[in-house]
Amino acid sequence: MLQAVFIVLSLVTLGSAAMVVTSRSLFRSALWLILAFFGIAGIFILLHAEFLAVVQVLIYIGAISTLIIFAIMLSRNAMDVKGQRFNEQWGVVAGFSILLFVILLALLTRVQWHVTAEPVPPDAIARLGGAFVGPYVVPFEVASVLLVVAMIGAIIIARERE
Amino acid sequence: MIPLTWYLVVAAGLFCIGLYGALARRNAVGVLMGIELMLNAVNINMVAFWRYGAVAQMTGQLFAIFVITVAAAEAAVGLALIIAIYRQRRTVNVEEIDSMKG
Repeated sequence: MLQAVFIVLSLVTLGSAAMVVTSRSLFRSALWLILAFFGIAGIFILLHAEFLAVVQVLIYIGAISTLIIFAIMLSRNAMDVKGQRFNEQWGVVAGFSILLFVILLALLTRVQWHVTAEPVPPDAIARLGGAFVGPYVVPFEVASVLLVVAMIGAIIIARERE
Repeated sequence: MIPLTWYLVVAAGLFCIGLYGALARRNAVGVLMGIELMLNAVNINMVAFWRYGAVAQMTGQLFAIFVITVAAAEAAVGLALIIAIYRQRRTVNVEEIDSMKG
């Protein structure tokens, strides 16, 4: 049962990801990207990372997708469906991507992983919060500084100059 | 229970699709979308290794959240750059943005 759900979710994710990179209209790509993000959120739920699934929906679908759609609408010639989608090196890139996937597949199916299928502790989210303010407090603060810097930088870069 | 390898194979596939999009797309927004797909593939790997490894420590989920933070910062700065370039040069085609080419 779970396997069937996983297969459906991963087919949705991979299929819409393929549509993201091949769709002629960039706007449609952005909509397929939202579907791909939903599929990944579903995979997170299957992995018992419910908090991360909610974060995925909030940040990726709620914020980043909206930002991408805004950028598409603000750059006018991105909306047209005429013209080439890919640059001239797309054949080489496709070959390289498939080669990388084959190498990864060969590696992943050969390695014996030491899997411990323990149940997820019921206070997983509390532990996550505790880790953020405990052993990982410095990375946490650095991440918040990074967000502030990115916000100020984005405003300064995108500002209209006279 | 679903084998760990399935998750890793799906993440590898997603990463390769994102890599293709990031390298082959002509539009800069398309390149950014490919990068987002690659970052999401990494997140699936992180969470899968957390679930099948040390579940009591939350390190896998923690680093997935850090990746999401960096992805959000990257998307904000990247799209601001795209809008600034579009305003100046009237194009978001990465092949035409080559003023730093030697």
